[in-house]
Amino acid sequence: MSITSAPEQKGFIASASNYLDERTSISGAVKEFGRKIFPDHWSFLLGEVALYSFVIILLSGSFLTFFFQASMTPVEYAGSYVPLRGVEMSAAMSSTLDISFDIRGGLLMRQIHHWAALLFVAAIGLHMLRVFFTGAFRKPRELNWAIGFVLFVLAMAEGFTGYSLPDDLLSGNGLRIIDGMMNAVPVVGTWITFLLFGGEFPGNDIVGRLYTLHILLLPAMVLIFIVLHLMFVVIHKHTQYPGPGKTEQNVVGYPVLPVYAAKAGGFFFLVFGVIALIAATVTINPIWNYGPYDPSPVSAGTQPDWYIGFADGALRLMPPGLETVWLGYTWSWNILIPILVLVVFLLLTFIYPYVEAWVTGDKREHHLLDRPRNAPVRTAFGAAGVTFYAVLWAAASSDIIATHFKVTMEGVINTLQALLILGPIVAFMVTKRVCLALQKKDREMVLHGFETGRIVRLPGGEFVEVHEQLDEYTRWQLVSFNDNAPLQLKPNPVGKITASARFRVAMSRFFFEDRIAPVSPKEYQAALEHSSH
Amino acid sequence: MNRQTRKSGRRSPVASVALLLVGLFATGGAYAAFTATTASASVDLSSPEVINQGQKLFAANCATCHGQQAQGTQNGPSLIGVGAASVDFQVGTGRMPMQASGPQAPSKPVQFEDSQIKALAAYVASLAPGPAIPSESQISGGDVAAGGELFRINCAMCHNVAGAGGALTEGKYAPVLKGVAPVHVYEAMLTGPQNMPAFNDLNLSPEDKKNIIAYLQYNEQNPSAGGLELGSLGPVSEGLFLWIFGLGGIVALTVWITAKSN
Ligand code: HEC
Ligand code: HEC
Repeated sequence: MSITSAPEQKGFIASASNYLDERTSISGAVKEFGRKIFPDHWSFLLGEVALYSFVIILLSGSFLTFFFQASMTPVEYAGSYVPLRGVEMSAAMSSTLDISFDIRGGLLMRQIHHWAALLFVAAIGLHMLRVFFTGAFRKPRELNWAIGFVLFVLAMAEGFTGYSLPDDLLSGNGLRIIDGMMNAVPVVGTWITFLLFGGEFPGNDIVGRLYTLHILLLPAMVLIFIVLHLMFVVIHKHTQYPGPGKTEQNVVGYPVLPVYAAKAGGFFFLVFGVIALIAATVTINPIWNYGPYDPSPVSAGTQPDWYIGFADGALRLMPPGLETVWLGYTWSWNILIPILVLVVFLLLTFIYPYVEAWVTGDKREHHLLDRPRNAPVRTAFGAAGVTFYAVLWAAASSDIIATHFKVTMEGVINTLQALLILGPIVAFMVTKRVCLALQKKDREMVLHGFETGRIVRLPGGEFVEVHEQLDEYTRWQLVSFNDNAPLQLKPNPVGKITASARFRVAMSRFFFEDRIAPVSPKEYQAALEHSSH
Repeated sequence: MNRQTRKSGRRSPVASVALLLVGLFATGGAYAAFTATTASASVDLSSPEVINQGQKLFAANCATCHGQQAQGTQNGPSLIGVGAASVDFQVGTGRMPMQASGPQAPSKPVQFEDSQIKALAAYVASLAPGPAIPSESQISGGDVAAGGELFRINCAMCHNVAGAGGALTEGKYAPVLKGVAPVHVYEAMLTGPQNMPAFNDLNLSPEDKKNIIAYLQYNEQNPSAGGLELGSLGPVSEGLFLWIFGLGGIVALTVWITAKSN
């Protein structure tokens, strides 16, 4: 019998890692994860920006919890901010003022926390747009799109609950709108708001309740969903842009260890640096201007943080006077319709991958991204959605647009109302045309090469411009894309043509009727021969 | 050598900078001297000469719209009984003489000297009794905290909590309150210019008005503890800043990081 002993390790690090490995078998995981390949493209870092903002939010938020009192007990402010001294306010507001004026580093932390929150949601939004426009949500990543969407909604909820905590005038006004929206829900609305606020708005409970959501439930959920999201990224491997040597079967890039991890670590500090710089130099949410919440005053220019702006905009764009009394209840359509529009908009965003998968009938896995132009209808839908969102967003600042561009508020609202309907339609049509035109140009380039600007006079006296063929790498990029032809109407195995099949074919025609097919090798050969004549 | 002669031939760059500074100080100082309108007790508003001078100025500059006897015309309201305070505010902030009709006469560079404004005010005040120009003691020494609360309740819905201004209907607006002289703030409350309601002494006592002025002055003299104020417009300007500079800067960094490797 022989005793196998581990080879003698020298040095602290070596023996420490050996110690760890013998007890956790972690080396397998490190090897596996460390060899994961991440492709390099700036747009792949947007999700990372969101992740890092979240880490920064956690760190700065923990600091804030040390000093914040989530209580609506009235106190008399006695801190060092003169214009509020002696004013009665809730303990929440008073402690937020203390964080801002009397606790060392408190204001910086508050501002880091709030700026990072704005960045968090913005980075998620931009990341979602990247995923959408490159078709990264296709099989097998549909589930991860759904998880990401949930994260987006959770992030907005985190932001809104945070915005409401200081119990200043602005946050109270925001809650008042939520209260109004819930009250508009038929039959149960009033009951729900009484339940949430612990009685008549504003009550004495809401800050404490939102605090629990804000620091416990919502962050835990965000964390769980982030873990799921990243697990799927690892399981699916990263997508990549089409290019020479990149296929559906491989990933071209850098391994996590050491290159990518080092880069990512450095990038974290860059993001932190940018946030810290902004937080150190630019005021955000000066609650001392707003003063404590009091249901009577409302300030001009009262807006939610940017990510809730689209909801505020929807309320502002609703034409007035749409209430009906029915069954003894007042039905406030002026609130219910905007809520409905928002829910439908979010729902469409959520289900788009499944709709597209159903329309194309495509069951293949896709690890190569689409260039936006190569999916004209999807890109056009995206542009329409962005336009719709942007109009709602602009509407939330209608008053500020009016004063700063010296136009009337009614003019701004009416223009945006028209844009809300027409804008997405125009954006859809224009984007689709632009995509098709770009595809045509690509085709042209592949078949006939690019113009060199060199003009040659032929022996017969004719002038021609010399075209040169693209190099292989560029050509590859232009011809290798996924082409979807419209589906044909076929009877099912029983020999019937169902209504759903008809609908699907109609949808498929809508998506893929106008299309520019990629250049096939045959066409290319023919074009080459033609040009050599 | 060549360089030396050249240098002495021309004015040194430092000299032009210095000249520029002197010029700026001179104009700035003159401007400040002209615009520093405090409640001046130096002009006696009841003296006949002043009233006389005011009447002449009025006939030349205001009568086309307000009428020879300030009785009003189709182009402008009657000024009988509006008082010295109203004239001092309207002319002292450059709103009058009005230049173009629009939703609201905006404030413009002031067109009259202080003594002329006082003369105009004296003339209008001589037509019928009305609110007087407040004295120095009426506009200084208020309680900042009480003023802040009153401002949020009575003024913030139009002027924004930080006095950053706000939109009203049909192209009217409540202007930014930064840089408005205390005496004009008092007169605005007292006379309710154009689309602003008047706050008489029953609404806001003279003490309340003084407190509001103290609050506005405090804000003007104490910039935000948090850094740049972005116009004090609230979440809209914060959001724009974040998207353009925050996310914009970070996207530039991502491009930089990934470009290095190629
Ligand atoms: C182009 C026409 C025009 C001229 C010139 C003009 N005004 Fe006016 N003024 C108006 C109009 C119109 C209003 C009413 C504005 C409003 O309330 O919307 C007005 C309002 C006023 C008021 C406020 C009245 C109130 O109810 O409190 C005063 C004071 C006044 N003008 C003084 C003057 C004086 C002094 C001059 C000359 C320096 C002058 N205006 C020149 C058109 C004019
Ligand atoms: C209903 C909205 C409204 C309210 C409330 C209101 N204002 Fe105004 N305010 C206006 C408008 C509109 C103007 C512009 C009037 C003009 O141009 O003649 C104005 C003008 C002013 C000005 C002149 C600014 C300048 O640029 O010269 C001052 C000062 C002022 N307001 C102070 C106050 C104070 C202090 C309060 C609270 C006691 C208050 N306002 C309440 C609407 C309002």
